[in-house]
Amino acid sequence: MTPYPPHTPHSSGSRRTPGAVGDSAPRPDGPLKVRGAFAYSSDLEARDMLWGTTLRSPHPRARILAVDTAEALALPGVRAVLTHRDVPGRNLHGAMVVDQPVLAVDTVRYEGEPVAVVAAEDPETARRAAELVRVAYEVLPPVTDAEAALAPDSPAVHADGNLLRHVPLRRGRAARGEPLTADVVVRGVYEVGMQDQAFLGPESGLAVPDPDGGVTLHVATQWLHVDHDQVVAALGLPREKVRLHLAGVGGAFGAREDLSMHAHACLLALRTGRPVKMCYTREESFVGHVHRHPAKMAYEHGATRDGRLVYVKASIVLDGGAYSSSSPAVAGTVATCSLGPYEVPDAEVDVRVVYTNNPPCGAMRGFGAVQACFGYESQMDRLARELGMDPVELRVRNAVAEGSAVANGQVLDHPAPVAELLRRVRDRPMPAPAPPEGAHLARTASRGESVVRGVGYAVGFKNVGFVEGFDDYSTARVRLECDGGQARAVVTSAAAEVGQGVVTVQAQIARTELGVEQVAVEFGDSSFGSAGPSSSSRQTYVTGGAVKAAAEAVRARVLARADRLLGRPGTATGLSGGAVTGAGGQVLCKLADVLGDEAVEETVEWHHRPTFPLDPHTGQGDSVFQFAFAAHRAVVDVDVELGLVRAVEIATAQDVGKAVNPQALLGQIHGGTVQGLGLALMEEIRVEGGLMQNPSFTDYLIPTVHDVPPMHVDVLELADPHAPYGVRGVGEPPNISSPAAVAAAVRDATGLDLPRIPLRPEDVAGLTGPAGSGGR
Amino acid sequence: MRLTLTVNGEPYDIDGVAGTESLLSVLRLRLGLSGAKNACEQGQCGSCSVHLDGVLVCACLVPAPQAHGRSVETVEGLAGEDGPHPVQEAFLACGAVQCGFCTPGMLKATEDLLRRCPDPGEAEIKDALAGNLCRCTGYRHILDAVRMAADRTRALEARP
Repeated sequence: MTPYPPHTPHSSGSRRTPGAVGDSAPRPDGPLKVRGAFAYSSDLEARDMLWGTTLRSPHPRARILAVDTAEALALPGVRAVLTHRDVPGRNLHGAMVVDQPVLAVDTVRYEGEPVAVVAAEDPETARRAAELVRVAYEVLPPVTDAEAALAPDSPAVHADGNLLRHVPLRRGRAARGEPLTADVVVRGVYEVGMQDQAFLGPESGLAVPDPDGGVTLHVATQWLHVDHDQVVAALGLPREKVRLHLAGVGGAFGAREDLSMHAHACLLALRTGRPVKMCYTREESFVGHVHRHPAKMAYEHGATRDGRLVYVKASIVLDGGAYSSSSPAVAGTVATCSLGPYEVPDAEVDVRVVYTNNPPCGAMRGFGAVQACFGYESQMDRLARELGMDPVELRVRNAVAEGSAVANGQVLDHPAPVAELLRRVRDRPMPAPAPPEGAHLARTASRGESVVRGVGYAVGFKNVGFVEGFDDYSTARVRLECDGGQARAVVTSAAAEVGQGVVTVQAQIARTELGVEQVAVEFGDSSFGSAGPSSSSRQTYVTGGAVKAAAEAVRARVLARADRLLGRPGTATGLSGGAVTGAGGQVLCKLADVLGDEAVEETVEWHHRPTFPLDPHTGQGDSVFQFAFAAHRAVVDVDVELGLVRAVEIATAQDVGKAVNPQALLGQIHGGTVQGLGLALMEEIRVEGGLMQNPSFTDYLIPTVHDVPPMHVDVLELADPHAPYGVRGVGEPPNISSPAAVAAAVRDATGLDLPRIPLRPEDVAGLTGPAGSGGR
Repeated sequence: MRLTLTVNGEPYDIDGVAGTESLLSVLRLRLGLSGAKNACEQGQCGSCSVHLDGVLVCACLVPAPQAHGRSVETVEGLAGEDGPHPVQEAFLACGAVQCGFCTPGMLKATEDLLRRCPDPGEAEIKDALAGNLCRCTGYRHILDAVRMAADRTRALEARP
């Protein structure tokens, strides 16, 4: 057994402030969390509080003929029953495309679509009242197949058709209209099922009516400001009368990018004049947020006999479900990542995301790059087999590096150590061979005679942050003040702490720039400047950049003040150990003496370098400000008769630019890798006829501690010259290549094609196919 | 019904509890003890783990009347007067807390393990935590934390 990592305080540089960038600084919210005293959104209460609940459509597609709320309103303890008629403002929301009703009007487009909301004195009464709302539906046949939805005779989910976005990508010969040919050609069709974020903290929040006729909403979210825009529109109130505060967030992973109960709770609070709490059940949570897009990907790779990629053709269809959510951006990411981190001269790729009456899909960690990676990495293994070449060698031979162009034509102007990441996971010693008799597969019925070991590799990449010209900025305020004779810093931003540790990182940056140990981090509400979302692996880069810039501005003013105080301009050059220091590092005076009663405060709105749109015909354009890369090697034992898989070890290597908080970084890499393991082996929302079959933790399985193997993490720190401290986004890459690596390892053990994840036991045992999943 | 129980050493006498209520609902909604979390309502995730007369249970699966006259220990009772419990310290030191929603249940399951088994091996640790889901950490830092907590607890108990 490996010993737990010893606590190692930072050692380099005597003047370095403890808890600065590079240290495993502890989470400021940690002590509250281990005492059970951290206030998650589902823990909130207010005096005289009502409970809200949502009546949802049981049908994936239906016309609403009539809604009768009389019986529900008559139930004792019920204080309000609201339908679309009670939405005073815009009855539509959507962070990108405004197409989703706050409450359904005359049509429902997915199972679980909100139709009415109820407020009552207690949760049970609210639930019973919701059951008493009589809705007359005319049930219509749902559109459930994304490819069929593109046929001209398909019923339209929305009036303007079922194609939500088409991203064509044309490079090289394909852009010139010339045919794509190569000596060696491999083809495959791959599928990825619908994964759920499955955070533990359910959608919840508390809306409190304000005396000015406005409302304050405390809610768990990834981005207060985009929620604020949509809630303001729905309520039809002036912006300043609607206030959003971040409540404690129990995980996010993309599922909190869209509105859930936000507008509903506010509507109920404003109607009743009382605080209203809403908290989804687990089943409701499954239908109450978007999922990872199911994908069907037809790939064709052409190469030379010595293993150089010549061209890639791909046709990729994503099931967007009933409303747009983040689908347009996901389709763009799929296209930009569709070729993998490889040099591919010619490419002809079409990505289509489609409306259906299936559950809406949108953001989940990896944001389309996960599905694409499973497609192109499955193809790389197939090509390696066709060429008789080592699969890692084939990848290394085609790997991009700094100076290479990727699918959108963008030339990588920062480190891109793809070959090195692959070599690192390949060169790690292999784990010990399987013990005899399959003792390590203790939970199978086999005696081990049918257990086969497999090894698989994958490498993936994705953009960090928003793309295609979106101005993705963050706002931070830094104040340096004297508190009881000690200098301390207060950092404020609206960056959503969702568990990833952005609250810790902000404090570390302030310590680094201002040389003070005491830092408080405050959460700005919707009246503070936007920090952008806790999405797309971007907060350390973008909000980190804002905090750094604000702290630098504060430092410049403090140094100028110190110069005046000392009467010697230009002598004060730095802040360290709570003191002002000179060029030689010598202490000139105490920081507290410079500050006195006059705090120094700066607010900065920080923008990363601009990005540009994709050409609508070729998908080319410098749409991304940073790419991030990781590689995985998975070692599995497979009982090939029972179809059971056990991960033996996962090795990963990732370039992070700069490890701002090594311990938290490892936590991101472990967690992301395991979510990918879950996608490869067990996690799928099963949808039949538009109806979700397994909306519970009994039936939707996520990895437990028993499913998780030892992980070896190799961290590279190749600074990105464009990024603050050289950082590179870290949250998503671990989730991108792990599913493909695990699937490759199972293929290696079984010899099966296994073109669809998650791998079911019947697939792994070779019982499905030939055209289906398992075909040998 | 009237429910009498002890929570973290404090006696409570609660009127008007419905027979259909869960112990978790009583703790969270009637006593304002929101440390035990409600995440699945089915005993699948372990976020609501508490001790009931010294036995680790999912509070969401215990009908409130079953707790009548009995003693409940929750995450709020873990820290002593002289500071945090070694399990709490170890979870923080090892980076085993991210969003933290699973943490109260993980802490209770770990405390329960160390009561029964002061020097657990990997298999025992995994069996003890198998009923507690975590979506953030990938469990590796949690495993580190359990080992550290076991070591610290034994070291504390070995002191004269």
